[in-house]
Amino acid sequence: MGAVWVYAEVTPEGPQAAALELLTKARTLGADVAAVALGPGASEAVAELGAHGATTVYANDEPVFADQPGRAAAHTLHALIGQHRPALILFASTYDARDVAGRLQALTGSTLMANATDVEGPTRARTEIFGGTKVVDVDLAGPEPRLVLVRPRSFVAEPSGGTATTVPVEVVIPGGATASVIERHAEAASGPKLEEANVVIAGGRGLGGPEPFAMLQELATAIGGAAVGASRAAVDAGWVPYSFQIGQTGKTVKPEIYIAAGISGALQHVVGMKGAKRIVAINKDADAPILRIADIAVIGDLFQIVPALTEEVRKRATS
Amino acid sequence: MNITVLAKYVPNPTGTPELGPDNLLVRTGGDGALDPGDEYGLELALQLVEASGGEVTVVSMGPDEAIAGVQRALAMGAHKGVLITDPALRGADALVTARVLAAAIARQPADLVIAGAESTDGYTGTVPVTMAELLGMASVTAVRRLEVDADGFRIERQTESGYDVLRAPVPTLVTVTAGATEPRYPSLKGIMAAKAKPMERLTAADLGVEDLDASQSVAIVTDAPPKAGGEIVSGEDAIGRIADLLAEAKVI
Repeated sequence: MGAVWVYAEVTPEGPQAAALELLTKARTLGADVAAVALGPGASEAVAELGAHGATTVYANDEPVFADQPGRAAAHTLHALIGQHRPALILFASTYDARDVAGRLQALTGSTLMANATDVEGPTRARTEIFGGTKVVDVDLAGPEPRLVLVRPRSFVAEPSGGTATTVPVEVVIPGGATASVIERHAEAASGPKLEEANVVIAGGRGLGGPEPFAMLQELATAIGGAAVGASRAAVDAGWVPYSFQIGQTGKTVKPEIYIAAGISGALQHVVGMKGAKRIVAINKDADAPILRIADIAVIGDLFQIVPALTEEVRKRATS
Repeated sequence: MNITVLAKYVPNPTGTPELGPDNLLVRTGGDGALDPGDEYGLELALQLVEASGGEVTVVSMGPDEAIAGVQRALAMGAHKGVLITDPALRGADALVTARVLAAAIARQPADLVIAGAESTDGYTGTVPVTMAELLGMASVTAVRRLEVDADGFRIERQTESGYDVLRAPVPTLVTVTAGATEPRYPSLKGIMAAKAKPMERLTAADLGVEDLDASQSVAIVTDAPPKAGGEIVSGEDAIGRIADLLAEAKVI
């Protein structure tokens, strides 16, 4: 069987967590495992990618991969595929990796499966549909390599203790029109990262505007180590930046406790948070779907409950 | 500026989706709608042509009923509609869909092609960039803002940590995120006018796309284990119960 490759997204700060998760899974599939790391930070990421299961890392540090999203990486990857003939390539379900996989599919004519939650081998992967209520195993056919986009946090990254050989990659960029990044802006939230927080407090349409997010932040601060997130409805309304978004689009979180305030529980949101150990939902609508998946379903006014809960948490902290 | 907007007709986004006996999503039954995610891109297109002239063409691929989605787009203000409908396209995968839609774009090149960042039913999110590669076009995904200037387009793209600003040439394909615009409602006048607008129906053969076989098939569908019901608490008891839960998890 041909090799399994992981398209590992890297930055100068290190490889993305999803790359390490995918490598951990890839090494259980019984094939040679390689990672492809393109862009600034690629060479520095080799050791960590190797420590998670890649025996080979195809690497190139050129900024063009970050500056021309999708296109440069897809063409470079296509040339590399022609040389090494992998059977399967795993990508994380991110905007950047989707651009690479989507363009690559046009070049290879391979099948592309999105939103996978598990990978059984080079010809079968699993996904969950309808908010995770149905599990679907999909057979993948057509020319190799099959392309599978996997939801972040589908696997837990575990080091293998291995090391990888670095193989330099030649940049392949076709002529023709391209879009290029000219500026980068960070809108970083303060406090712990959403994906790493023990407690996530998320707000939705029920908050009614941007101001009540301060109330969620106060609760997060009272708890300590908690992060504030949002549903797509709240992000779409412009109340908080996209970096807050939890769901099918956006982040997948698996905290100890998830508190959903004023979130109805659309399927698009649920897939991003149903892995939480405990779910608390506060909603004034007794029919809100989120209440059906909650361990504690509170039917009531979040504008009274959240501040009162903050008070109670503070009281317990000082007693 | 001539703009083509890709529009998908999806099962009722607020309803309960179902699989048919063939394990394909049920797309008929009269309960569908124009994908709400596509209305943001359509609104952007309408604003651009209102500001600087040109036409908006809406292209959709779907069952016969998908004509309702194209009609809604025409009622919102699009100038022309194209519906690609063909029984052979039922169950089409991402690659087949991209080939068909790319062929439709190639028949009538546009200065800007706009799609939603992902559909509300499938969430694949790759079809537009696959089309861009097939057509040799520049592309920018996850667009939250787009401005036209003398050099082409200045575009803001959502990223995990904030946003990037990109320059893109004419023509370019973009996918827009929800919230990029505030879609208008079709006016009564718009609904009446839509009936007289050009509406073309095409098959895959009309577009010269021959290989329609999907390279993915559903092997097994199982129900996920249902989650045990939680407890329902009223406002007054809730505070103590949630605080207890936080304490049990040792996070406070």
